[in-house]
Amino acid sequence: MTFFFSAWPWYISGPLIGLMVPLLLLLGNKTFGISANLRHACAILLPKNVKPSFFRYDWRGEKWNLMFAGGLILGGLLAGLIFANPEPTRLSAGAIGSLQDLGVRLSPGLVPPELLDLRRPVVWLILSLSGLLVGFGTRYGGGCTSGHAITGLSTLQFPSLVATVSFFAGGILSANILLPLLLK
Amino acid sequence: MISSTPTRTESQAPASTLSLLAYLLAGTFFGVVLVKSEAASWYRIQEMFHFQSFHMYGLIGSAVLTGMLTTGLLRHFRARSLDGQAIKIQHKAPGLPRYVFGGLTFGLGWGLAGVCPGPIFTLLGSGIWAMLIVLLFALIGTWLYGVLRNRLPH
Repeated sequence: MTFFFSAWPWYISGPLIGLMVPLLLLLGNKTFGISANLRHACAILLPKNVKPSFFRYDWRGEKWNLMFAGGLILGGLLAGLIFANPEPTRLSAGAIGSLQDLGVRLSPGLVPPELLDLRRPVVWLILSLSGLLVGFGTRYGGGCTSGHAITGLSTLQFPSLVATVSFFAGGILSANILLPLLLK
Repeated sequence: MISSTPTRTESQAPASTLSLLAYLLAGTFFGVVLVKSEAASWYRIQEMFHFQSFHMYGLIGSAVLTGMLTTGLLRHFRARSLDGQAIKIQHKAPGLPRYVFGGLTFGLGWGLAGVCPGPIFTLLGSGIWAMLIVLLFALIGTWLYGVLRNRLPH
């Protein structure tokens, strides 16, 4: 029973993530990726008269991707709420030390409560800035972690290698410099 | 000439309701793995970007290796998808600036709230309502790209 509640080691969950690539190819020749859903959502939601040409296409042909995103919500409900891990993430000692510098405690759950406390203006700033950068960057870069780092790298595509290296360069910068600056 | 999107599938016949259900299940499975692997954990993303643990590197590395092996097998055996098509791997659009600048922008956002697009949905499902703010702004960011697209280097 603990298997359902506890976190899984990387050597079990990593291969399961990798299997998404052949699974979607076998199901219907689909390229594993998630961020295109943000584009589909814009295509659905924007009124016709203010819709940039980038969002004028038939999103109905991409319904599978929207269903996949719906599944992600269900998966979160199952694994993150019903079968939620009661233990905090088993971080390395070094990572626990860095948390203190950020004024964040290691609590059970996937996101520290300090960063979800909407009474703090800085939390609004972090969440909105993060969303804005992710949304803009993922469309500009033509994919997110799943589309580039998993699908693109495993099918040996050079653009995905460039994108993945850039993801990490940006992430290292923001986690080490930008975030500590904002939380100070 | 800017291609509309590098990962877009050249769409075939509309998917049947049954196959849509299959994608819903596949997404559910992936959502469960995102939580149980802790790839959706803000703590793990911070740890990764500070090089303080092997966990995320092992996770991504073994995922890529598995993807490589299995898509290699599909190619080798000229496998067909369930609806009978020859399996075809989409190629990303050529270009360099878009992958560097887009990638950097994405990474900056990823390192802040610790979420990439998959975990936005998954964390929302696990009851973290603040992710609605991230989602709303991710949509605004996507829209902004659509507006500025012709003025950006690709």
